[in-house]
Amino acid sequence: MKIRPRVWLVLPPLVFLALFYFFPLAGIFSVSFFPAEGQSTARLLKLFQSGRYLGVLFFTTWQAALSTLATLILALPCAYVFARFDFKGKRILQSITTVPFVLPTVVTAAGFQALLGPRGIFNSMAAQLFSTHAPLINIDHTIWFVLLAHVFYNYTIVLRIVSAFWSQMPRNVIEAGRMLGASGIRIFFSITLPLLLPAITAASLLTFMFCFTSFGVVLILGGPRLATVEVEIYRQALHLFNLPLAAALSLVQIVFTFGLMFGYTRLERRCSVSLIGDGGRVVSAAARGWKAKLFVRGNVALMLLLLGAPLAALLVRSISTENGLSLVYFAALLENKAQSILYVPPVNAVLNSLTYAFAATVIALLLGICSAAYLKTPGGKTAGLLDPLLMLPLATSAVTLGFGFIVALDAPPLDIRTSPILPAIAHALVAFPFVIRSLLPAWRSIPPRLREAAAVLGASPPIVWRTVDWPVIRRAMAVGAVFAFAVSMGEFGASVFVVRPDTPTMPLAIFRFLSHPGPLNYGRAMAMSTLLMLITAIGFMLIEWRTARARGTAHAAA
Amino acid sequence: MKPRYLLSVLLFAAAMVSPAAAAAAEDRPVVTLMTHDSFAMSEAVFKTFENHHNATLKILKSGDAGAALNQAILSRRHPLADAFFGVDNTFLSRALDAGIFVPHPAPDLSGVPRELQLDPQGRLLPIDFGDVCLNYDRDWFAERGLAPPSGLADLIDPAYRGLTVVQNPATSSPGLAFLLTTIGTFGENGCLDFWRRLRDNDVYVANGWSDAYYGQFSRAGGTRPIVVSYASSPAAEVFYSKGEVTRAPTAAVLGPGSAFRQIEFAGILDGAARPDLARQLIDFMLAPAFQKDIPLQMWVFPAVVETPLPEIFQRHSRKAEQPVAIAPAEIERNREEWIERWTEAVLR
Repeated sequence: MKIRPRVWLVLPPLVFLALFYFFPLAGIFSVSFFPAEGQSTARLLKLFQSGRYLGVLFFTTWQAALSTLATLILALPCAYVFARFDFKGKRILQSITTVPFVLPTVVTAAGFQALLGPRGIFNSMAAQLFSTHAPLINIDHTIWFVLLAHVFYNYTIVLRIVSAFWSQMPRNVIEAGRMLGASGIRIFFSITLPLLLPAITAASLLTFMFCFTSFGVVLILGGPRLATVEVEIYRQALHLFNLPLAAALSLVQIVFTFGLMFGYTRLERRCSVSLIGDGGRVVSAAARGWKAKLFVRGNVALMLLLLGAPLAALLVRSISTENGLSLVYFAALLENKAQSILYVPPVNAVLNSLTYAFAATVIALLLGICSAAYLKTPGGKTAGLLDPLLMLPLATSAVTLGFGFIVALDAPPLDIRTSPILPAIAHALVAFPFVIRSLLPAWRSIPPRLREAAAVLGASPPIVWRTVDWPVIRRAMAVGAVFAFAVSMGEFGASVFVVRPDTPTMPLAIFRFLSHPGPLNYGRAMAMSTLLMLITAIGFMLIEWRTARARGTAHAAA
Repeated sequence: MKPRYLLSVLLFAAAMVSPAAAAAAEDRPVVTLMTHDSFAMSEAVFKTFENHHNATLKILKSGDAGAALNQAILSRRHPLADAFFGVDNTFLSRALDAGIFVPHPAPDLSGVPRELQLDPQGRLLPIDFGDVCLNYDRDWFAERGLAPPSGLADLIDPAYRGLTVVQNPATSSPGLAFLLTTIGTFGENGCLDFWRRLRDNDVYVANGWSDAYYGQFSRAGGTRPIVVSYASSPAAEVFYSKGEVTRAPTAAVLGPGSAFRQIEFAGILDGAARPDLARQLIDFMLAPAFQKDIPLQMWVFPAVVETPLPEIFQRHSRKAEQPVAIAPAEIERNREEWIERWTEAVLR
């Protein structure tokens, strides 16, 4: 009797996955491994002929692990700052941290080149200081550039998920520690850190998966000598037409990440803690004392240097022309110089992007809430299997899944291959694991007895939800929504390989500009990137502003 | 769910459905062209086709040339389109082997040079071609008093050390075309020697055209003055510049044996819903209006020789002399091995 409603909860996400994930995957795997007559899978053997692919898997894993570690080290102090302190411009800063998430890699590369490239600010300054000609540092096509870019992209995941959770931490636990005479460091390592673990594991899981399936960063910034499994799949499928090998590599990728996530999600379940005490939440306040102020300012400065500087460099590039600063590139977005039928007015690109992002966010939130509601209750073998299963879309090669859509969704009623709903679905597939991971730590922190108590006192389920669950998970849900929105604005996942009629989004417009020579094309790409940054930042602020307002009313009610 | 949210969801659903409804309202037959992201045509030419045939032309874009062809092959059971544009000669054999195109017997190919007609059965018809070759930054060489490169062999001269950017043939189609150029010029084994020496001369290998041109080429913010691009790139540099630029800032190296000719083909997909309109579309692509439109839209040369070129092409862009020609079947047979050996010589 008690099991039933829970199963109903997980049904929508499972059906969604079955239709738009497993069915397409099965389709592409069957075409690849059992091809029509006349073609063979002999080229599949290459997988085992040399240690090359094992090497690729090894590289993929360690670079993802190292990237995750670097992101954690750099972003955790800032998560503390954002959870505990109030300061001017906090909300705008938080939006800025998520902007990198939506930028195409070519654009990010341009931002970093302007700072660290051979003719960038850093090397020019170094050349003047030491009066040398050779650039002092050259990170292009090195693993360092890959790590730096991964931190740049994923910083926000750790910052947002951990700080949202941190700000919900009960005050009394820490005060108890202090009263017992523990030092600040002791309190951090024996109380705060263990309590934060669920959020930290969730954030590092997402970061790891993103870096594990990293494509553009490794392809463009890492150069031809570095390859992740994802890059190898792309190469095999699109340039060598070796679909069997590409499919086999995807399968390896999926099985490997499933195993990893199986262990990881178990760990996450085990370390989840009930946090809601009677001592009230930690409230953020302005930093007092020079130490706290220095800490806050230092962290914000580091963050601005790491994330803000490349973004600023892009802004500058979009307004600098041979004749000084000007908005000509923005104006040029509005003119259809070649009179092309495929010209995209910027307003259309913005509207297309926003429409897809809105649809993807709504789908991802609905699916994510259902899944998290199911997974939040501890125990159960099924949940232990379903948890990593629901994360799989994030770990699956975009090429493979995109081709799967083509193969599988080809007959009515599912023939949506050229429908505008397909890109939105593809975005939602990548986005809803973010919602799950954002929600779970917060939701699991609510002790069941709280809900039971409310029910005993006669509260109906909707009222229990509104008074017990909602106030705690609201922030986490905003975080999930922000990521879902960002995933879609940045055109992640299989959507790139989805056929579409003329509904280009902002990232696709940027790619189009960058596929022809000429300063005007480059300028327009930079102008469109700036537009993309601004619009997404505003989107983030709107999503957060709504939750902030909702929080205000909850406080008033309490 | 609050009514406000419900309303926005409904509005969104309406927005998703309305274009479909609008398309259904028009009762003109629809012909669909599947193609890659670089396809373009002018609005006037597009309208000419639609009005002349009283049909709606729908263009489906699906990634780069490799991705688009892959998707066409994968959707063979239930084709997504009636016609396909954008198979190049490096992928021609693969496309024909897949058997997704049907012959189109009677198009007027009299104006198209023989060497561009690579499918004797007429399943894939040549529409345009572009020459992949070296481009250089004219000012860079002028300022330093160094002679710009005149052919491939110059690149391994120590005076050109660290000046060249190429693309990885394993991930880029101009990269593959340039590898084929060296194979055609120096032979299958000789080219590996060339590439080893180029490596010693500090060549930069980027994975794609965009990051090579916009990331490393000195004209666009990089430091290296020689890049693999197209014969038409200097003309595009002029066209896509702000203000009155009359002199192309870059130039292409087009001497004998220093370019590879990429020919782009179009064909009718087997199982097309509207084969009649597909045939008319392919014929239209070979007709003067479309051919004349090609240069400024896609930055390649029209396949029909007599087609007049726009002024900007006449002034700033030439075709390559004696470009390298390798039969598509030979490319298909050796592609993987050639790329493998190149990777061994240049990257490992």
